[in-house]
Amino acid sequence: MANNTINAIVATDCGSTTTKAILIKLVDGEYRLIVRGEAPTTVEAPFEDVTRGVLNAVREVEELSNHTILDGESFIHPNDGDRGVDLYLSTSSAGGGLQMMVAGVVKSMTAESAQRAALGAGAIVMDVLASNDGRLPHEQIERIRHLRPDMILLSGGIDGGTITHVVELGQVIAAADPKPRLGIGYNLPVIYAGNKDATDEVSGMLESKTSLYMVDNLRPVLERENLGPAREKIHDLFMEHVMAQAPGYNKLMGWTDAPIMPTPGAVGSIIETIARRQEIEVVGVDIGGATTDVFSVFQNTFNRTVSANLGMSYSVSNVLAEAGIDNVMRWVPFKLPELEVRNRIKNKMIRPTTVPQTLEDLKVEQAIAREALRLAFVQHKSFAVGLKGVQQERTISEAFTQSASGETLVNMRDLDLLVGSGGVLSHAPRRQQAALMMADAFLPECITRLAVDSIFMMPQLGVLAEVHEQSATEVFEKDCLIHLGTLIAPVGTAQEGKPCVKVEMTLPDGTNVSDDIPYGEMVIYPMTVEDSVAAKLTPARGFDLGEGVGKTLECTLTGGVVGVMVDTRGRPFTLPTEEGERVSKLEKWAKAFDAYPA
Amino acid sequence: MAHAYTPGLRVSEMTVLRKNRRLPILGEVVVKKGDKVSSDAIIARTHLPGNVQLVNVASKLGLPPEDLPSVMLKKAGDTIEKGKPIAETKGFFGLFRSAVNSPCDGSLESISTVTGQVILREPPTPIEVNAYVDGEVVEIFENEGVAVEMQGSFIQGIFGVGGERTGEIHVAVSGPDEKLDASLLDDSMKGKVVIGGSHIDWEGLQKAMSIGISGIVVGGFDDPDLKKLLGKDLGVAITGSEDVATTLILTEGFGVIGMAGGTFALLKSREGHKASINGATQIRAGVIRPEIVVPMPDLALPSGEVASSTAGLDTGSTIRVIREPHFGRLGEVTGLPNELQKMESESMVRVLSVRFSDGTEATLPRANVEMIEG
Repeated sequence: MANNTINAIVATDCGSTTTKAILIKLVDGEYRLIVRGEAPTTVEAPFEDVTRGVLNAVREVEELSNHTILDGESFIHPNDGDRGVDLYLSTSSAGGGLQMMVAGVVKSMTAESAQRAALGAGAIVMDVLASNDGRLPHEQIERIRHLRPDMILLSGGIDGGTITHVVELGQVIAAADPKPRLGIGYNLPVIYAGNKDATDEVSGMLESKTSLYMVDNLRPVLERENLGPAREKIHDLFMEHVMAQAPGYNKLMGWTDAPIMPTPGAVGSIIETIARRQEIEVVGVDIGGATTDVFSVFQNTFNRTVSANLGMSYSVSNVLAEAGIDNVMRWVPFKLPELEVRNRIKNKMIRPTTVPQTLEDLKVEQAIAREALRLAFVQHKSFAVGLKGVQQERTISEAFTQSASGETLVNMRDLDLLVGSGGVLSHAPRRQQAALMMADAFLPECITRLAVDSIFMMPQLGVLAEVHEQSATEVFEKDCLIHLGTLIAPVGTAQEGKPCVKVEMTLPDGTNVSDDIPYGEMVIYPMTVEDSVAAKLTPARGFDLGEGVGKTLECTLTGGVVGVMVDTRGRPFTLPTEEGERVSKLEKWAKAFDAYPA
Repeated sequence: MAHAYTPGLRVSEMTVLRKNRRLPILGEVVVKKGDKVSSDAIIARTHLPGNVQLVNVASKLGLPPEDLPSVMLKKAGDTIEKGKPIAETKGFFGLFRSAVNSPCDGSLESISTVTGQVILREPPTPIEVNAYVDGEVVEIFENEGVAVEMQGSFIQGIFGVGGERTGEIHVAVSGPDEKLDASLLDDSMKGKVVIGGSHIDWEGLQKAMSIGISGIVVGGFDDPDLKKLLGKDLGVAITGSEDVATTLILTEGFGVIGMAGGTFALLKSREGHKASINGATQIRAGVIRPEIVVPMPDLALPSGEVASSTAGLDTGSTIRVIREPHFGRLGEVTGLPNELQKMESESMVRVLSVRFSDGTEATLPRANVEMIEG
């Protein structure tokens, strides 16, 4: 479809609980978000038809915008003034999203590549099977039977290499005789993306028991991944097998102008697009009720991880289980008995839709969010790595540093933009709270811009980016992101009160700033997103802002709804263990940000 | 008129309930439509394919995988016996033979000349599904299971641990606010579903399990005690398959919380009747709440629709507060203003006004209450 014919676009995201619709129109030569509508998702009884929720959400958009989109129960195509749309697109995570198992020969090589392909396509990876995962074959078989995934991705071996191990994995899958989660009587889709020499043996074993699909090897040589064909096949099968089994999706698939994407796959797509267009390194995080997704683009490599059981409602109790109560409570600036905290968190788990009414409750909830984000990011960093098993040419000095293949790609010094999304960040009563949570959980280093997704429309923009990149990126920049500002965080540590950084700049109102900011502080210079100023930042001895220890950095700083933030709390960052000191510091930093009412 | 939807748990004095009982895989349904069944009656059975054992015969015999067919004594589909040979080398003029014996009974599934592995399958495991409730078979799902229908009382809890059980209802406390102390439990309660009041502690639950009480239904329980019961911190609320001696159902939540008056009164009125209970809880897409089902085939159904808490919230509705402050308190809705209001946390939310039983009033987020009866 030619770009110049697109004047009005509707995109929906069918989530587990809510279906969200947005209307985008071409206004004065640029694409803008017009309105957003939402309605409960209707996949489950009594409706059991996802299109009911879609129509309700779109009708709300019609009412709010005075733009007619529907004629009865069908979309009006094409757009003509205030009537009809040129594109209708959708994403979906309803019914638990896409749940997969992946298998590869070596856990840290082909199995990891298979996991990357599945995650990149938007799946939740339920388990990773590998010849060296430490389990006996009957245990692996038991696991496959027990989990009942939506599909399995089988990989293993480089092209031309030995086929024995990947055939063994095929035998394990065949012996398990797996059944899909949805649709009794259907064969489970299995994608084979391993050594091409083993295709005959694999099809001999699996063809009669599963719906088998062959794609190019996702690791044809050790030095290179080829995830595209496997990812595309996952998307196709998501439509054909998983979505087609879900109530009402066949109808919805007939309405959309492009294939329905899994929600996280779409979010990844928009983040990847932005990083490529702006040539920046990006981290995006979406903290939901059940899961936390982290996306990153470093060195032009996209990675996504799902922390399936870190979230703010359904999984809130798991944050406590994984982080430990001490780690959660270290962010709370008052004392609460452990029994009280534990019971409160469990009550949130069993009644996930409640909201914090008191300030104290809000602070506890935001403490949990910090730990959920921190843990999800730790998992992401350990997964977003270079390819393992690759032979590298090294100089003598590199050989002494003992650097191995498979190091994390996430380099916080290079990070340009950190985008937060999900209720606890997007709907924090004050934007300063979101900025503080992100600073505490991710600990950005040097110079990093912070932003939040205003109304969580990244999924819709992601699917739009696949078919109409221009409109997706314009709306992303102008209407989706709320820029919080730029965070300056010198790397290094010192004693409390010792010099850390000198900040010199002229604020938009003409005020000249020349401040020596000591170690252990948080300072804000209010500045809007339209403002950008030239700044000279000189780290004290022992501190680094990216130019080297003690070296001055001259750069342009942009503001946001919070402003330019200076964080001299040190990297690595530690909180005092002494109760009184810890509380007084938390209170001091929150006050500097004006994060909470007095 | 101000009106709002709020989720709540079903507490029905009399209702018609239909329970779908299905096999995990296709099998045989052994009852027919119209049959009257008791809770323990088997309604369908099947065989789960047996466990699989992989034996690398080629490596055990020191042969290349492609030579495997020449030494196999059994072929795919053959029956095998534990301890009997499945492969044997020819040896030298009949001497120095090596054999591989089957590690299990069952059948030989496949032989691979690529990996040298032989796949053996153990005999299938029989599984059966019972009716779970006393009722009538009203629908047959061919080769899958049946729908059993009954009429009686139906109560949903908020959280549970442990699977399906049955037992006679016994009320062990004098009122909904009394704690179910260990001293209130004795051997006469073995096999029964014991109703407590506001709370049971670890000592009480341990005693219940040692007596062999089928189920405990109380208002609240403490999270540290749940950790002791499960042996781990529960991360995500998906329960029901725990191996616990007594099924535990909480009607209100974590902490000491009096059971809702209506729930307690209904359970009390069913004392001595047989109940089917299930602690299975899943709080995600496709919500499953624990339940207490009491078949009452001889009681007449009310003429109108049975009152249910999934109806709308209105002025005059009774609610329970489900988050701090005021957690667990009961009150009556006195107003449902339309405008968003700012809470102490500065969140802008839709609210309601409530008058508590002691006459005090408060404004609360609508998301933080649930409707209850009684």
